[in-house]
Amino acid sequence: MRQHPSYWAFVVHRVSGVALAVFLPFHFWALGNALQLDSFLAWTQQPLVKFGEWLIVVALAAHLGGGLRVLALEFLPWRNWQKSLAAAAAAFAVAVGLAFALAL
Amino acid sequence: MTFRGEARLWIAQRASAALLAVCVAVHLVTIIYAVRSGLSAAEILERTRGSPGWFAFYSVFVLAVTVHAPIGLRSVLSEWAGWRGRSRDLALLFFAAFLAWIGMRAVLAVFA
Repeated sequence: MRQHPSYWAFVVHRVSGVALAVFLPFHFWALGNALQLDSFLAWTQQPLVKFGEWLIVVALAAHLGGGLRVLALEFLPWRNWQKSLAAAAAAFAVAVGLAFALAL
Repeated sequence: MTFRGEARLWIAQRASAALLAVCVAVHLVTIIYAVRSGLSAAEILERTRGSPGWFAFYSVFVLAVTVHAPIGLRSVLSEWAGWRGRSRDLALLFFAAFLAWIGMRAVLAVFA
């Protein structure tokens, strides 16, 4: 089972979802202190924090790609292209990761 | 939880997912656009402050997340941590309320 792309699509979707759920309260907390945002943004300039930001953006893209895959599997009639959907979701996450890294 | 309750959660998870798909796509484009010239508080607030469009967008985004994240965690907690029953659902209800509160606090902070 672990050899199948669908298993890995499931694991990535789940792990990225948990990461986003943990990240969100911190994200909201930082934005809620809008007046002190610049001192917070200065803190985010550290390489390790930037790498963390990159990971969470990739997690968001991967969770979106994986979620669209799930919706397609559940709501669209034919299922011969499961592997293609997993590949498309992965390609989308990589593309967003590259675009974000280039923009950083 | 009753079968009907489980079915409702399933529908809520898919409906919020469809809404979030649009929100996240817009959010990813905004993120990549915004970080190109470096982030600053002034730049973020210039975009969001007094803008009814962004206020409505982020409010919908936060409320959809408030529905989506706890329902997603519910499956993870039962399948990976073995936590089931009322105590889990009550904890997730608190998490949902917390997300809604801290999320809307953030939306108001960048709007007002």
